Amino acid sequence: MSDSLFRLSRRGFAAGLALLALGRNARAQGFAGLGRDAGEFAKVEPGRALTFPLDHGAHPEFRIEWWYLTANLQDAAGKAYGVQWTLFRQAMRPGEQPEGWANQQIWMAHAALTSADTHRTAERFARGGVGQAGVTATPFRAWIDNWQMQGGEAMAPATLSPLDVAASGADFSYALRLTAERPLVLQGDSGYSKKSERGQASYYYSQPYFAASGSVTLDGKAVEVKGQAWMDREWSSQPLASDQTGWDWFSLHLETGDKVMLFRLRQSDGANYFAGNWIGTDGKSVQLAPDAIAITPTATTQIGQRQLPTAWRIAIAPRRLAIDTTPLNPQSWMGTSFPYWEGPIAIRGSHAGVGYLEMTGY
Amino acid sequence: MKRALWILAVLLSHWRRHPMQLATLLVGLISATALWSGVQALNQQARISYDRAASALGGARTATLVGSNGESLPQQIFVELRRAGWPVSPMLEGRIQIGGRSLRLLGVEPLSLPIEASAAPAIGTSGLQGFLSPPGQTLIAPDTLAELKAAAGDTPLTNTGLTLPPLTPQNESVPGLLVVDIGVAQRLLNMPEKISQLLLGQRDLGPRAPLASIAGGETLRLVEPDAETDLERLTDSFHLNLTAFGLLSFLVGLFIVNSAIGLAFEQRRPMLRTLRACGVSALQLNSVLIVELVGLALLAGLIGLVCGYFIAATLLPDVAASLRGLYGAQIPGELTLRPQWWAAGLAISVIGALGAASASLLKAIRLPVLAAAQPYAWQQAQQTALIVQGALALIVFAGGVGCLLLGDSLVAGFAVLAAILLGAALALPAVLGLVLLLSERVARKPLAKWFWADSRMQLSGLSLALMALLLALGVNVGVGTMVQSFSKTFTGWLDGRLAAEVYLNAASDAQAVEIKAWLRDRPEVQAVLPGSRAEAQLGGWPIDLIGFADHATYREQWPLLESSPGAWDLVARGEAALISEQLALRLKLKLGDRVAVPTPQGSWPLEVVAIYADYGNPRGQLGVAIAALVAHFPGIAQTRFGLRVTPAAVPALVTALREKFALDNRSLADQAALKAESRKIFNRTFAVTNALNAFTLGIAGVALLTSLLTLSQSRLPQLAPLWAIGITRRKLAVIELMKTLSVALITALLALPLGLVVAWCLIAVVNVKAFGWRLPFQVFPEQLVQLVGIAMLASLLAALLPILNLLRMQPAQLVKVFADER
Repeated sequence: MSDSLFRLSRRGFAAGLALLALGRNARAQGFAGLGRDAGEFAKVEPGRALTFPLDHGAHPEFRIEWWYLTANLQDAAGKAYGVQWTLFRQAMRPGEQPEGWANQQIWMAHAALTSADTHRTAERFARGGVGQAGVTATPFRAWIDNWQMQGGEAMAPATLSPLDVAASGADFSYALRLTAERPLVLQGDSGYSKKSERGQASYYYSQPYFAASGSVTLDGKAVEVKGQAWMDREWSSQPLASDQTGWDWFSLHLETGDKVMLFRLRQSDGANYFAGNWIGTDGKSVQLAPDAIAITPTATTQIGQRQLPTAWRIAIAPRRLAIDTTPLNPQSWMGTSFPYWEGPIAIRGSHAGVGYLEMTGY
Repeated sequence: MKRALWILAVLLSHWRRHPMQLATLLVGLISATALWSGVQALNQQARISYDRAASALGGARTATLVGSNGESLPQQIFVELRRAGWPVSPMLEGRIQIGGRSLRLLGVEPLSLPIEASAAPAIGTSGLQGFLSPPGQTLIAPDTLAELKAAAGDTPLTNTGLTLPPLTPQNESVPGLLVVDIGVAQRLLNMPEKISQLLLGQRDLGPRAPLASIAGGETLRLVEPDAETDLERLTDSFHLNLTAFGLLSFLVGLFIVNSAIGLAFEQRRPMLRTLRACGVSALQLNSVLIVELVGLALLAGLIGLVCGYFIAATLLPDVAASLRGLYGAQIPGELTLRPQWWAAGLAISVIGALGAASASLLKAIRLPVLAAAQPYAWQQAQQTALIVQGALALIVFAGGVGCLLLGDSLVAGFAVLAAILLGAALALPAVLGLVLLLSERVARKPLAKWFWADSRMQLSGLSLALMALLLALGVNVGVGTMVQSFSKTFTGWLDGRLAAEVYLNAASDAQAVEIKAWLRDRPEVQAVLPGSRAEAQLGGWPIDLIGFADHATYREQWPLLESSPGAWDLVARGEAALISEQLALRLKLKLGDRVAVPTPQGSWPLEVVAIYADYGNPRGQLGVAIAALVAHFPGIAQTRFGLRVTPAAVPALVTALREKFALDNRSLADQAALKAESRKIFNRTFAVTNALNAFTLGIAGVALLTSLLTLSQSRLPQLAPLWAIGITRRKLAVIELMKTLSVALITALLALPLGLVVAWCLIAVVNVKAFGWRLPFQVFPEQLVQLVGIAMLASLLAALLPILNLLRMQPAQLVKVFADER
C-alpha cells in the first residue's frame, strides 16, 4: 500500500514538474504542462544574444531548463554503447530563488547506459537552494547527488571543453572526459528555436563536436570506450503550444563531419511542426526550411502497452540526404517518472553515421 | 444423507420443547465470543495504529543515521552524504504547542524521502507543489484536526506566535502528528539549518563513499529499523491485560455452555437410546451431534461477533484515552475490522463449543444401547475427581511460585496471576467438599445432616459454575483493590505535587514580568514559584526537563520515593536532578548515577539525587533548578508559575488575575480544578478495566443460573422422597435456596484471600513491569464486603428461577418420580 501511495505522489509531482511526462491529463497543456502559459516567468524573445560562460549557468527567471548530453561510444572490440546524462531544472514559482528550503526550484536528472543487449537507467530528484543539486557558470559545474558534469579551471567558455561527466545507478556507472576544439553552435535562428507557429520557443545552443573517452561499467565490469558526444542546452518558460502532444528529435553525427539536428512536434490535430539545423563542416549552423524536412517511421517496437516508431526514414532534399535510422537497442525505454524513449541510432543510406533519437508522448 | 437429516430433525426437536435451554446455550456461546472478540478488536485496532505510526513518516521502520550523542545535526551533512552517493533524506522532529495542546511536528523533504518510509501522508494527488510552495501544507489526521477544533485550510498559531501552513487533513496521517516541509519545520522549531536525523533508504543508488570519508560522517550513528516498534513494546502490557480479561470472560462463558450442553445431553439420553435402538450407528449419531453443535456455535458466534463489535466500539474511546494517557499512543476513534477478525471469532466460538461439549460427546459415544438407569457410583467418581483436581491445583500453584521466583518479565507476572487463579479454581471443589464434610459432621438433626450431605453431592454439578464465580470474584477483588490502592496513592501524590494554590501560564514572557510585578503588591500572595519546561532526549527516549525554584514548598511537600542526603541543595546548585520513577526504571538509573542531557549549550551532566513518582506520564521527566535550566536552554518560555496564596483569598485572586490580564481557563487554574482534571484522566484509565470486570461478574452470574437450572432438573429423584415423607414444597424450596446460598457464600469468602493475592500480584509485579509504577499495597474492607454482597445477590437471582419452579411444581410430577424407572 505504501509503495503505491508514494508512486501516486511521485506522479503528482510529475504532473507538477511537467518536464517530459505525457500524462493523459496533461495533454490539454501540451506535454504535461510544457505548454502552460509562461505567466510571470521570463519570456523567450528573438534577437537575444547568448553570452558565455554566463548562459552555461542556470536561468532561474525561466520556468524550465536542461543540460543534455548524449554520447555514441565504442569499446576496443568495436562494441557500440550509448550514454545519456541529463539534468533538468524546473521552477515552481517565478521570481527570486532564495537560498535554503524556500528555494522553489526542483532538479531532476536521468542517466542511461545502452548497448545492443541492455539499457540501464537511473533517476534523481533534488530540491534547489541547499546544495544537493545545482549549476554554476564559473567554474562550470552541474551536479545532483554524486552525478556531475564539470569544467574546472581549464574549461574554455566558447567550446565548453574539457568536461568531466559521471553518473551511476544500482547496476551501471560511467565516467567520461569530453573535449572539443570547435566553438558552440547556436540552434534555430542564432539560438532562438521556434517550437510552433504561435510563438512558443526556447533558447537553444549545442556542442556537437565533443570527442568522448573514458569507461563504462556494467554489472561491475569496466570497459574503456571512445566516441563522440553531443551536448544540448535549452531553456524556456513555455516551449510548447498547448496542443502539441509529443516530439521526435534527432541528433546526427554524419561521417562527412556534418552535424544535423531535427525535430518533429506532433500536434493533437495530427499536423506536425518541423524544424532543424544543418551544421556544416565549416561549423556554420543553418536553419532548415520546414518543408525541406521529411521524417517517416518505417518500423515500430512494442514496449509494454505502447507502440514506438524506432526506425525512421529521413530525407532533406536540398542537402541530398536520404537515410534510414535503426536503433542500437529498440528497447531503449526510459522507465523513469516521466517515461520516454531515448537511445543511440545508426545511420545508413546517402550518408552514414551515428546519432541519438528521443521520442516523447507515445 | 436423508437419514442424517432425519436424525438432526429428531435431535433439534429437543430444543423446540426446551427453548430456555437453547437460550442458555446460545447466551453462553454469545457472551464467550462477544467478550473475546471485542477485546481482540480493540487490540487489533491499536496494533493497526501502531503499525501505521511506525511505517509512516518518522516511524521506526526505516534505518536512520543520527548524531552519536543524540544532538541535532547540521543540514550540510545531508548534502555531503547525498553527494557521496548515500540515499538519505533529512528529517527534523520536535514538538509544538497549539492552543495548549502539545503536538509532534515532523519536517520532511519529500523528494529524497525513501519510498519505503513514506507511507502515510500522500503528498500527493493535489501535487507536490502545494506542499513545497508557499504557503505550503500542514498534513494532519482528521481526528487531530477535530481535536484542535480547526477546519481544513486554517493557519493556527503556535504558542510562540508562529503561523503554521494551512492545515490539510489526510486520512492516512497519524493522529497527533503534524507533517510539514522541512524548511517550515526549521522555522517553526527555530532550528535553522538543523536536522534531527537522516532516513536511510533501502534503494541501491550505486557506489557510495565510506561514511568516515565524509565531512562530519564520523559523528553519525546508524540505527537499524525496528521490527517491533517502541509503541508496541510499551503497550504490550496493556494489551496483555486486555487479552487476559478477554480470555477469562471466554472461559467463564464456556462454563455456561458446558452446563447447558450437559443438561441437554442428560435429557436427551432416552432419545439417543431410542435412536440407537432404531438402528442409527454410534458414528452417525455422533456426527450429527457434532454437526448440530457446530451449527449452533456458528450462529451464536455470528451474534457474538456483532455484540463484540459493539462492546469494542463502546470501550474504544476509553481504551484510546488510556493508551494516550499512559504511553502517548494515538489510536483513532473509529473501529476498523479486518476479515480475519470475523473468521477468528467464528473459529473460537466453534472450538469453544466443541471443547465445552467434549465430555458430553464422549459420553454419547460410549452410550450403551440397552443400559437402563444411570450408574450410581457418582460418589466414588466424585471422590477420585476431587483428588485429581486437588493434585493438579498443587502443581499449578508450584508453577506459579516458580514463575514468581525466576521470572522477571511481564509475561512471567501474568503467568503467576494465571497460576494463582487456575490453581484456586481447581482447588475449589476439594476445599468446598472439605468444608461441607466438616459441617455435616457438626450437624445433629437428620434434616441438617441431609442438607450438608446433599450439598456435597450437588458439588460436582455446581463446581464449574462455582469455579467461574470464584474466578470472577477473585479478579474483581484483585483489580478493585489495585485500582483503589492506586487511586488513594494518586490522590496523596497529587496533593504533594500540586502544592501551590494557583497555577498560571502567561501569554508571553513580557506578560509574565508584568504579572509578577502586579503580584508583588498583593499581600495574600506568599510566594511566586516560577516553573519552566524544556524537551530533550535521553537514551533515545523523549524526556521533559521541569525547572522549579528552590523553595520550601517543594522541599516539604514533593513526595519523593527515595533521595540522597542533601538532594535539594545539589539540585538548587544545578548539579543534580530529581528523576521520575519511569525514567529510572527505563534507563536503569539509581541514586548517585550520572546522566548527560543534550542541550543547545552542549551536554549537561547531572547527578541523580532523588526518584519521584510521576503517575500517568508517558514521557520521562527530570526535575532541575530553574536557573540552570534557563542557562542551558536559553529562549525557553518563562511564563509558568505557581502561587502560594492564603487559601481563603484564592477565588478573589483568580478573578482579579483573570480580569486584569485576560487569562482563560487554560492559562489560569486553581489547585482544585487541576486536581479534578487529573482525577478525571486517572479514572478514564481504569474505565475499561472496570467495564470488563463487570462483564465478567455478570457472565459468572449467568453461569451459576444455568448450572442451577441443570441441577434442578436432575435432582427431582433426590427431592421427591423428602416430599413423600412430609416435607412441604415450600420448605423444600427454602432448603434448596439455603444450600445454593451457603455454597456461594463459602465460595465468595474463599475468593477474598484469592483476590488479595491477585491484587498483590498486580501491584507488585504486573504494574511495575507494565507502567513503571510501584504502589503501596492497601486493603479496603468496605469494598470486600460490598463484593461479597454482590456475589450473594447474583447467587440469589440465579437460584430464584429453579426455586420458583420447585414451588410451583405439581405434586403429580413429584409422584411420577416413583412411577418412572429412573
